[in-house]
Amino acid sequence: MDFKNILKSTEFGIFVAFLALCTILSFATPNFLSVYNISTVMKQVSFIAIMSVGMTMVILTAGIDLSVGAVLGLVNVLAALFIIKFGLAPGLSMALICGASLGFVNGIIIVKWDLPPFIVTLGMMNIARGLALLITKGSPITGIPECFGCLAEGRLIGVPVPVIIMIIIYILGYLFLSRTIWGRYIYAAGGNEKATWLSGVNVNKIKVLVYTITGFLSGLAGIMLVSRLSQGSPIAGTGYELSVIGAVVIGGTDLMGGKGSVLGSLIGASIMGVLANGLVLIGVSAFWQQVILGLVIIIAVAGGSMRRKLFSKGES
Amino acid sequence: MKKKNADKYILKLENISKAFPGVKALNKINFNLRKGEIHSLVGENGAGKSTLLKILSGAYKKDEGTITLEGSKVEMTDPKQALDMGISVIYQEFNLIPNLSIAENIFMGRTPCKNSGFIDFQKLYQEAEFFLKKIGMKKSAKTLVSELSVAEQQMVEIAKSLSFSAKIIVMDEPTSALTESEKETLFNIIRELKEKEVSIIFISHIIEEVLEISDRITVLRDGNYVGTVNAKDTNPKGIVQMMVGRELKDFYSKKEVKKGKVVLEVKNLTKKSKYENISFQLHEGEVLGFAGLVGSGRAQVMRGIFGIETPDSGEILIKGKKVKTHSLFETIKMKMGFVPEDRRAEGLILSRSVKDNINITKLSHINSHGFVKQKDEEKIANEYCKRLKIRTPDNKQIVQNLSGGNQQKIVIAKWLAINPKILILDDPTRGIDVGSKNEIYSLINNLAKEKIGIILISSELPEILNISDRILVMREGKITGELGRKEATQEKIMQLAALKN
Repeated sequence: MDFKNILKSTEFGIFVAFLALCTILSFATPNFLSVYNISTVMKQVSFIAIMSVGMTMVILTAGIDLSVGAVLGLVNVLAALFIIKFGLAPGLSMALICGASLGFVNGIIIVKWDLPPFIVTLGMMNIARGLALLITKGSPITGIPECFGCLAEGRLIGVPVPVIIMIIIYILGYLFLSRTIWGRYIYAAGGNEKATWLSGVNVNKIKVLVYTITGFLSGLAGIMLVSRLSQGSPIAGTGYELSVIGAVVIGGTDLMGGKGSVLGSLIGASIMGVLANGLVLIGVSAFWQQVILGLVIIIAVAGGSMRRKLFSKGES
Repeated sequence: MKKKNADKYILKLENISKAFPGVKALNKINFNLRKGEIHSLVGENGAGKSTLLKILSGAYKKDEGTITLEGSKVEMTDPKQALDMGISVIYQEFNLIPNLSIAENIFMGRTPCKNSGFIDFQKLYQEAEFFLKKIGMKKSAKTLVSELSVAEQQMVEIAKSLSFSAKIIVMDEPTSALTESEKETLFNIIRELKEKEVSIIFISHIIEEVLEISDRITVLRDGNYVGTVNAKDTNPKGIVQMMVGRELKDFYSKKEVKKGKVVLEVKNLTKKSKYENISFQLHEGEVLGFAGLVGSGRAQVMRGIFGIETPDSGEILIKGKKVKTHSLFETIKMKMGFVPEDRRAEGLILSRSVKDNINITKLSHINSHGFVKQKDEEKIANEYCKRLKIRTPDNKQIVQNLSGGNQQKIVIAKWLAINPKILILDDPTRGIDVGSKNEIYSLINNLAKEKIGIILISSELPEILNISDRILVMREGKITGELGRKEATQEKIMQLAALKN
């Protein structure tokens, strides 16, 4: 990719917007650029950002997954239970498997019954949240061994562990999408599902795969949240699905499928995190924050759509 | 014609021309219509019938020529205007909303309302019943359209046309989905409309029924006006002659290839109401042409063989081995490739690069532990770009930005990448320029030399005559004949494709 292509890329456009936002905030409030604040923001961003990797893949296939927040919640509860009952390592693995399984079930129902992903994952969202509440009878599970807290609160060479996990997931996600055959198939299926199938690609398998990955990553975020809060909360992750979808969409991934990248989603998640943090520092009320965040999502998507129109005019 | 004004034309089209980028769709067409006349428009696929129809309905704008309606010149700018002038078009695909009643469909967009703004159902049903009675339809106007048969839906369309007080009704292939008795009913309605001085433009490719129903017949060929004849002065063979008299010039000259062993054998392949008892053999190095009109089932047969739509019964053998699952995963593994008719919808991922599109069939072979061998990917893309002379700045170019001919070459390239033994090409030169067409012909010839068995579906008779070793003709889901390269002529093919024996 030469320099001109980088300038033309969607990711670059969003990155410029992100830098502009950071610049404005650093002038508006001196605290913004402090090491402490930046590390806090990154830690907060990491949860949404990790789930966004999976969501990017789902949206690339022209799907959607509304169940990520609820899956996070259920795995969060299960992880707490399993750790207390079976010990740290077995408990964590079991919880991760549960997350992946929930995603797998999403995928299987979508392809076997040929149902819209929106509906299936909406159903799963309610089921998973309901199960989490049932298991806990509505109150958080406590009594997690203290050593586990280091997963969320610890640091490696000064960087918070969740941020390191996030970076690893992004590197893996990037390699998966850009270097493996499955990544190629994901883009192909999102670009033209029928043509991809007619080329002999088992599109159904690809779809199941992306929902499974998303379930797994939601589970991972759920485990990290156990560590951060030292408890398993049945309401953890409520509303996260919208933040995750928002991050992916701000990152320039096309809801129609076939176009986008995890890099964009990382910047998207960062914009949302920085914006929320900055507004708090400036002293904007939480209610206004919501309004502004909503506006940002709409403006980002409108901007992307205008770019697309401009480009397709220039090229055809 | 007893009436005095019988010879007065209600509609006159003169020198109508229309060009699309790269194609002249209509070239100085003349067509006129008398009051109370049934005038048919016939021609091969791509002759320009639908383009003319769309100009008449206001969906397309003509480039040149004049339209005279009842003595005054008119310009059609949109479908609504054409309707206001009394021209109503009934398309092959009906414009009905299944979950609304007959009456609501007839008066869609102009439902009678009370002063309060609520729908005046009494008036709605009354008026609808009036038009239904006019065409002898016995159903209640309250019946939902989804409960009607295709023929009944068509009658609703006709009633709708009448409710606009249409003076001219254009019917595009109205009989294609009807049974024999439903067709008779339709013809009776058409004759009654004629009595009421409504003029009908009837489009069909079934020549017998055109002769049966029409007063006059106008033939188009490749966007040109061939002539207009009185139905009683001609016969099926005469019409076929007019339809096919295309010159064979500037064509690729085929080089003979020795045919080898049987590579594909199809036995009694049947899919209900699509095709039945299709049996044939394809040899190595052979180009087998499949001719037939649109709707003859040739494309469905190929989709059945490749495994897109599973056939109900019958056997397919590839190099003597039986295809078990009838899925395309299996046939592709057995080295069959399929170039679909609609390359943009089914052949290409338009938003991806040339490289990605060519390699999509190949990725499962060029990876280690799932990681794409990018050097191989690059090599394969470059190799086929060179071999098929795909004109693109580089292999990273987005396919959407390439010309139709180059896009089609990419679809072919992705199948060549799997070293196919059988390649099915469904109308591969549709909508591409002459230069690319010739390149594709020579490519087909070269592939035959490499012992690939090729099935070619084409709507253009000269094309199929020029590059096929053998031609099978289909009509209404059945193979109606087989012609060798030497004996085949346009007339023979058209007779097998369009006429009942």
